[in-house]
Amino acid sequence: MIVRSMSALIARDLRLAVRHGGESLMPLIFLFSVIILIPLGVGPGPNLLAAIAPGMIWVAALLASLLALENLFRPDLEDGTLEQWWIGFCPAGALVVARLFSHWLITAVPVIVFAPLAAQMLYLPAEALGVLVLSLLLGTPILSLVGGLAAALTLGTNRGSILLSILVFPLVVPVLIFATGAVSAAADDLSARAHLGMLGALLILAITLVPLATSAALRLNIE
Amino acid sequence: MSPMLETRQASFARSGESVFAPVDLTLAAGEALIVLGPNGCGKTTLLRMLAGILRPWEGEVVRHCQPAFLGHLPAFKGDLSCRENLAFQRRFHGGEGLDENRALARVGLAGLGLRPARTLSAGQKRRLGLAGLLVAPRSLWLLDEPYASLDDAGCELVDQLLTEHLAGGGAVALSAHQRKPMIEIDLARLELTPPGGAA
Repeated sequence: MIVRSMSALIARDLRLAVRHGGESLMPLIFLFSVIILIPLGVGPGPNLLAAIAPGMIWVAALLASLLALENLFRPDLEDGTLEQWWIGFCPAGALVVARLFSHWLITAVPVIVFAPLAAQMLYLPAEALGVLVLSLLLGTPILSLVGGLAAALTLGTNRGSILLSILVFPLVVPVLIFATGAVSAAADDLSARAHLGMLGALLILAITLVPLATSAALRLNIE
Repeated sequence: MSPMLETRQASFARSGESVFAPVDLTLAAGEALIVLGPNGCGKTTLLRMLAGILRPWEGEVVRHCQPAFLGHLPAFKGDLSCRENLAFQRRFHGGEGLDENRALARVGLAGLGLRPARTLSAGQKRRLGLAGLLVAPRSLWLLDEPYASLDDAGCELVDQLLTEHLAGGGAVALSAHQRKPMIEIDLARLELTPPGGAA
């Protein structure tokens, strides 16, 4: 029954994302604007571009994730669908997981799929592509989880987006450091295992704690 | 008869001030309760607390079954069609009630299944909310101002649905301030009073 409620919520989120077509393409447009503008700004030298490629792709993924956070829970609060989360058999924490999963599907998966292409455009060595995708797979869920907590905390404030960014940025700095570290190590033919291990640990920490904290924060805002 | 809902000295407080005097009530199958009181006396707050959206400040609320809550907010997505909204409700709340088209026909919205919910009028939105009660049946209904924005035919529809629900072994708690239900079944009345019992 819990799975049925969660899948209903994910299916509806995806349907709404398709219906809002343009908004859902934003992460990809964002990624490619960054990738195309960077060589124009710093010059087209392959060595320089290859050195900054992991950071650029990761910053694009991070900002794409942040873009959609403002609307993660707010429309549901305003139209009354959020309060229905506390009625019935499905614990709100599970519904938070479902909502964050659809946020990840919409904002991160397109970026992960197109990241190898973007990396090639920046001359990232082909050996590092696998680690780049792996770092995104491990790291972007953390962005969604941490962002979800911040979105829930700022739900009660009018125009919470500035506060939201201030809350999220310090918390995702470790993700950015370890993820770009992993890709740079792989590009230099070094082992990326330690970095990826740290990312995995951060992901486990976030998955364990964030749904509980987020549902508590949402409840405070509903009351 | 076993109760579906019980409260024991339940009250709710905002910023440390209680909204209404503690409430003791029990609601069993086939029973209906109407919550009365002037604007701002906490009718909505009480119903939200009974539904489990708000946690009681003091005392306790015990629910022996899953409630359905129909509030001021539509709880629908304006960009989805009426039918998609109802299909979501059915899956989300795990209901096996009427199918979407029959529920829409029952509340007088036949033929509007493909219309985006945001294009409905205020009264039609209320009717869509009632259809939501039919696609995902729950034995306990908590209705906040179910007669608001409805025309005469809509109010009669609410009365009919209430009668059928109570006859089928359901229970209802509702708030109202202008029109009261005109149904054959006895309504228990709960007058909300400000804390301290001044009124």
